[in-house]
Amino acid sequence: MASKERDPLDPVRGRKLLVEGGPSFHDITEQVCTPVEQPGLAWWLAFLPALGGLTIFGASVFWLLWEGIGVWGLNNPVDWGWAIVDFVFWVGIGHAGTLISAILFLFRQQWRTAVNRSAEAMTIFAVICALMFPTFHTGRPWIVYWMLPIPNQMQMWPNFRSPLLWDVFAVSTYFTVSLLFWYVGLIPDLATMRDRATTKIRRVAYGIFALGWRGSTRHWQHYEKAYLLLAGLATPLVLSVHTIVSFDFAVSQLPGWHTTIFPPYFVAGAIFSGFAMVLTLLIPIRKWYGLEHIITIKHLENMAKIILLTGTLVGYAYAMEFFIAWYSGNPYESFAFVNRAFGPYAWAYWIMISCNVISPQLVWFKKIRRNPVALFILSIFVNIGMWFERFVITVTSLSRDFLPSSWDYYSATMWDVGMLVGSFGLFFTMFCLFIRYLPMIAIAEIKAVMPAANPHPPGDH
Amino acid sequence: MPAIFPRWTNKIPLAIGVLGPLVGSFVIFAIWYWWSPLYTDVGYRPKQPVPFSHALHAGDMGMDCRYCHNTVERAAYAAIPPTQTCMNCHSQVKTESPRLGPVRTSFETGDSIPWVKVHMLPDYVFFDHRPHLSAGVGCVSCHGRIDNMVVVEQAQPLSMGWCLDCHRDPDSSLRPLDEVTNMNWDASPEAAQYDFTKDPDRKRMPSPPVHCSGCHR
Repeated sequence: MASKERDPLDPVRGRKLLVEGGPSFHDITEQVCTPVEQPGLAWWLAFLPALGGLTIFGASVFWLLWEGIGVWGLNNPVDWGWAIVDFVFWVGIGHAGTLISAILFLFRQQWRTAVNRSAEAMTIFAVICALMFPTFHTGRPWIVYWMLPIPNQMQMWPNFRSPLLWDVFAVSTYFTVSLLFWYVGLIPDLATMRDRATTKIRRVAYGIFALGWRGSTRHWQHYEKAYLLLAGLATPLVLSVHTIVSFDFAVSQLPGWHTTIFPPYFVAGAIFSGFAMVLTLLIPIRKWYGLEHIITIKHLENMAKIILLTGTLVGYAYAMEFFIAWYSGNPYESFAFVNRAFGPYAWAYWIMISCNVISPQLVWFKKIRRNPVALFILSIFVNIGMWFERFVITVTSLSRDFLPSSWDYYSATMWDVGMLVGSFGLFFTMFCLFIRYLPMIAIAEIKAVMPAANPHPPGDH
Repeated sequence: MPAIFPRWTNKIPLAIGVLGPLVGSFVIFAIWYWWSPLYTDVGYRPKQPVPFSHALHAGDMGMDCRYCHNTVERAAYAAIPPTQTCMNCHSQVKTESPRLGPVRTSFETGDSIPWVKVHMLPDYVFFDHRPHLSAGVGCVSCHGRIDNMVVVEQAQPLSMGWCLDCHRDPDSSLRPLDEVTNMNWDASPEAAQYDFTKDPDRKRMPSPPVHCSGCHR
């Protein structure tokens, strides 16, 4: 339908149409609600493998708790391994949701409405996956509340000078605000689901979470205000969370970690990986559920442009790290970076460079950034590259610390792999349940950006 | 469309608003009070195999703690005395008492009397009596008025917070080194007039650790 050269324009505003094919409001409701109300068998094809992954996660966690942290490949200089790599990887993915929901909302980027619901869901599930890793890395997750400042008879108090504690607050705040934001946005759609429900269980279940929404003007007024306030609250979090995650490294004194570029570099990388994951999820979903007229090729193109921008920023940061290592004249810093590119983990470094710096440059070509298959493949490469970025940062610096006699090569065990594969199982299980039980497109919001929502149709004046 | 929920459900938010803080406060109180070693551990008074009375021996007869617990100044543990220590006197005194039956049996067979430990610390705590005695912490500070106890019971919570209270501010718990086993020593500032910083008997000033590995090694 959409020609390669010219996208259809909104007859009133003269801008590109966000919803193509001219559906009515009712069509939109039907198209979004039907997959939830009459799920196809195909859903099981995604859900069962995800559940299999979740089983791997459960088994890995069980064995970890039964045997102890020794089942992982950690050794003496490398006492942060895959668990931290996976944590930073998942937290990073979580960043696209807030960026889309909060920053693009404040900047009135209306194309966000087609993707914000699923991106926010992705954020919440990614943060849940992320939190699994430090929780189990403690070795004793049943006393994980020790990380919180709760007065207790042991008079034990967290160390407020430690960035690891800042992390606890940053990530838990981020999770809470993202969840609230997601839920507030869901309320009108939950009411739609309730009103369309045909069984008593559905009516009650959606009814409870719809909080008595009737769609009155006063409801909408409060809703819009709450949504705007939450967007304002969430905006600084987009920048703060990964900044503080980067402090876990940057505040230490290890060459390769102790750099001031880390906060902006981590935030750019987080948005980069987050948008890649949004593409990974949405490109198949829009196809399977026939939502290509709502999540249009223009949406994919916009996200690809953000990937190009942030990927280039990340590439700049890689280059700048090398420049500073040379320019500072610090032999330890220089060694750390030469070791990264040409040391025992050079293979990981060059995977990272190829996936994160070289592959996004293909997005300069319009043919590629408007090709869903190409973008899907690209997004997988970016996901891989961003995992390797965290691996390179964490492992290369630790394995070659100040004392050459303690240098060691780190490799993961099958239980490290089990935790990572299993966390994808956890993630996709939650995401499958989300598309099974909740409207994956913000119905109320998408209607507001359709031409039919404009009170002044053409020719009226 | 008929209403899904009955009218009373409108009161749920109000009920949550009122009951939530009440339930929350109760849960906090319950954990703070009933889960504290002050509640769970203080007053632990197990039945011992022999009805040995500290009130009689240490109180009325004024025996020094170290007559029986003789390792306390030199070892991490204040030893539970061997039966031989009991028999030093009880081979002469109350030799026919039925309540001392287990002591005599133990002496004849060589099997230990199965005393029940009262003051227990977790295995991950490294506690040593020596530095506490050489710093001048009285027995009574941790064990209470043993000289008044017919059956020994735990007098203090022995929780980490309780340890830290003293480790952070030990001054008021210190006494002259020769008063350590004195159960009647009055620690109040008016009575004691003791300034440990001016005590010539002290070779060095106490510096109790407050870092993790001070006790968890």
